[in-house]
Amino acid sequence: MNLFKKLVLASTIGMCFAPIVNAEMSIEITEGIESAMPIAIVPFASQDAPLDVSSVVDSDLQRSGYFKTLPPPQMPAKPSTAEAINFPDWQAARQNYVVIGRVIPNGGQYTVEFQLYDVANGSQLLGYRMSSPANGLRAVAHHISDMIYEKLLGKKGVFSGQIAYITTTHQGTQSNHKLMVADADGANAKAIATSIEPLMSPAWSPDAKRIAYVSFEHKTASVITQTLATGQRESVAEFPGINGAPAWSPDGSKLAVTLSKDGNPDIYILDLGSRNVSKLTKNRAIDTEPAWSPDGRNIVFTSDRGGKPQLYSIPAQGGEEKRITFSGSYNARASFSPDGKYITMVHADGGNYRIGVMDVNSKAISVLTSGPLDESPSFAPNGSMVLYASRKGNTGYLSAVSIDGKMQQRLVFDSSEVREPAWSPK
Amino acid sequence: MKLTKTLAIVAMISALTLAGCSSDDEKDASLTDGSLNGASGMNDASVNGLGDGSGMNGSGMGGGGRYGNGKYGAKGANGLPPEFSDPNNPLSKRTIYFMLDSSQVQQDFVSVISAHARYLLANPSQHIVLEGNADERGSREYNIALAEQRSKTVAGMLKAQGVSESQLGIVSYGEEKPVAMGHDESSWELNRRVELAY
Repeated sequence: MNLFKKLVLASTIGMCFAPIVNAEMSIEITEGIESAMPIAIVPFASQDAPLDVSSVVDSDLQRSGYFKTLPPPQMPAKPSTAEAINFPDWQAARQNYVVIGRVIPNGGQYTVEFQLYDVANGSQLLGYRMSSPANGLRAVAHHISDMIYEKLLGKKGVFSGQIAYITTTHQGTQSNHKLMVADADGANAKAIATSIEPLMSPAWSPDAKRIAYVSFEHKTASVITQTLATGQRESVAEFPGINGAPAWSPDGSKLAVTLSKDGNPDIYILDLGSRNVSKLTKNRAIDTEPAWSPDGRNIVFTSDRGGKPQLYSIPAQGGEEKRITFSGSYNARASFSPDGKYITMVHADGGNYRIGVMDVNSKAISVLTSGPLDESPSFAPNGSMVLYASRKGNTGYLSAVSIDGKMQQRLVFDSSEVREPAWSPK
Repeated sequence: MKLTKTLAIVAMISALTLAGCSSDDEKDASLTDGSLNGASGMNDASVNGLGDGSGMNGSGMGGGGRYGNGKYGAKGANGLPPEFSDPNNPLSKRTIYFMLDSSQVQQDFVSVISAHARYLLANPSQHIVLEGNADERGSREYNIALAEQRSKTVAGMLKAQGVSESQLGIVSYGEEKPVAMGHDESSWELNRRVELAY
């Protein structure tokens, strides 16, 4: 029995992960907070580390809703080596899994080691060692969370991703708008664009290297693409009228946008290489908020051609336009799940605007949220959650809800207005 | 095979993290620059003010100070004649309000629009911008489209009375520029509006 499998220490350069053990395990994925898995993240042994890596892992897993982490004061012991774990103690503490680790200074860098154990049989499920500069320790912690999540749930974690969102603060008559990018837990928030005129509609490129958004910096709307690594910005659409609602094609070569240059708002395809625009929808009503299906074949959009805003679908190459939502007085701002099986949207039936998820095949819509003013839903890159903006009283915040509606979490709390969250696709 | 897969994931994680670390400084640089205008690839010099607000003021707007006047009246700074600040003159009203999810002009505002049409006809060099706005309910880009329809409805009424298209500009801000910050009907009704910005 592999009770105490030793770490194999691999030499590492910069920050990299060295796999040590590939124990197999099948996990039954259960939904809902009431069945969250008990797991103990024992505080990592560390000397003068600038970040408490284990507490970041703990809060990542706890926040996901799939895990119930054991607060350190309730732990029977604080082992930091495999030999020091007494599994019967952890069984008595009703834990399914225990994670131990160490953060060791190493010539200006830090070496982080961790192991994940199955408490029932004492087997090691994961064991990794990596080194990182001090400012990379938070990223290391999120990667550890991702690895534990994937090992135990069989689904990619989303802790290493980033989110983009817009904030607005008001100072007297002036407003200050910021396009922010932060870690998925809200840490490391940075403004990548700032303007006294509105910023809107951030959309990640499929490779997560660029963000397209709408800026009113010239007092009229234009669509900007900005490369995150360099800050380089390009104005790709500044026609008379609306330039809005950018949506990347799955191959990253085109944007679907809303333009009103020819009269009323229609969906256009903008080729980012040639900058040619071609008109896709030709209805006299409002057509806006395009969303590309992950296979690139179809574009779903909002139209009020039937009187009220509803979702319609059209082949991305042009063709027959079909209405796809039939329940609710208002369905708008569609966004596909990564597997293309679901569409999330703003859904209203009466006066409350909530987040809905539609099964693309059955067209059945489930309402996931209960707010009066929920908006801007988009899927997490693993498809497990929908991120959206909500409001309670005068405070706007970002929330995530599992697509079965059972788990809900508030992601970012900010006293300024915060809205239009978008989860990076990787 | 399992090992290969794991290694691939490991390689990807490393690459992502390295990219993340190395890009932080560059992102910071573009921000502390304060303007983003240093970034290469900008083919439009007027993006300059982004970040600190400088360069935004007076950029091509002639009169300047068109915000903060709005429907609240006090004039003078932008050189408009006195009838614009006389509360008994319809020209003092420069905001048209709308019903929920509607771009139809209500009867109350027809005379206001007519007064502005007459003024614009008499002053053919005068240019105005019709700024469309919506309340916060529903999706933001749909509200941009809805608010543009409101502006276009007002523009259509002005043109029907002979105002030249060249005197009219249209911009839609959707729900992005509320004048009332509450989250109930008393605020929403003030935010569903077209402002006639002289």
